[in-house]
Amino acid sequence: MTRENVLALLSGVLFGAGLAISGMIDPARVRAFLDVTGNWDPTLGFVMGGALLPMAVAWQVAKRLRKPLVSNDFHLPSTSDVDWRLISGAAIFGIGWGLAGICPGPGIAALAVQPMSALLFVLAMAAGMRLHSFIFSARSLSRA
Amino acid sequence: MPGFPQAAPIEGLVGGLLIGLAAAIMLLGNGRIAGVSGLFARALAISPGKTPRQLAWAFIIGLPIGAGLVELVVGVNANFPTPAVLLIAGAVVGFGTQLGSGCTSGHGICGLSRLSKRSVFATLTFMSAGVITVTMMRLLGLSP
Repeated sequence: MTRENVLALLSGVLFGAGLAISGMIDPARVRAFLDVTGNWDPTLGFVMGGALLPMAVAWQVAKRLRKPLVSNDFHLPSTSDVDWRLISGAAIFGIGWGLAGICPGPGIAALAVQPMSALLFVLAMAAGMRLHSFIFSARSLSRA
Repeated sequence: MPGFPQAAPIEGLVGGLLIGLAAAIMLLGNGRIAGVSGLFARALAISPGKTPRQLAWAFIIGLPIGAGLVELVVGVNANFPTPAVLLIAGAVVGFGTQLGSGCTSGHGICGLSRLSKRSVFATLTFMSAGVITVTMMRLLGLSP
């Protein structure tokens, strides 16, 4: 296993542990955060705050690095325009997130906690992703 | 927490810091964004891209390992919705995250902390859509 894959695995393990400790694997708790005018549960706000702190520092450090520790280059998104795909995609994602209280990270991490339920969600998520690539690769083919 | 008896601010903050640390390892170690939806789609070869599939798999497999460890040590609460809601929400989340190029981790944690304009707009959009969905479901008397 390369050093890159070892670090990615370590990152995934810590990420999954953080999701579990913070209660974000519980869809009911996530939905309670989104229910701002109901019985609001602010926990997800603390999770976001806690996660943003190390990352804000990390971006400052990254600016000063010529290259990452175990890779030859930074591989970061460079697009900057806010277009209809971004906004409608985020809106569709938000509707699904509100419906079940599950986003991709907790859905996959929950495979170890509620295997049957999580598997249904993850399989459906993969199908939704496939549908997207099917529609948009078909469209770009017909334009070509 | 006063006023919010169900909130878990300490667990939220500790778990959030772990999630941020995980994302920082991915950024400073591998030079990559810890975006779960993107890495999942890459692992399954649903989306094209330069990220090596092995690296994507390493991160994705780490998520349930980390959550499973926490489940073994302290236990994890998870109240999952019905199978029908899981299937619908999963497909909607999968489609939306691909169209919008990211989810709570990629846009909400990595992008926001980078002050990326796209991620700020995406996060505001999926948060709003989630709030509206949960609120409407409560007003209509629908539970997941």
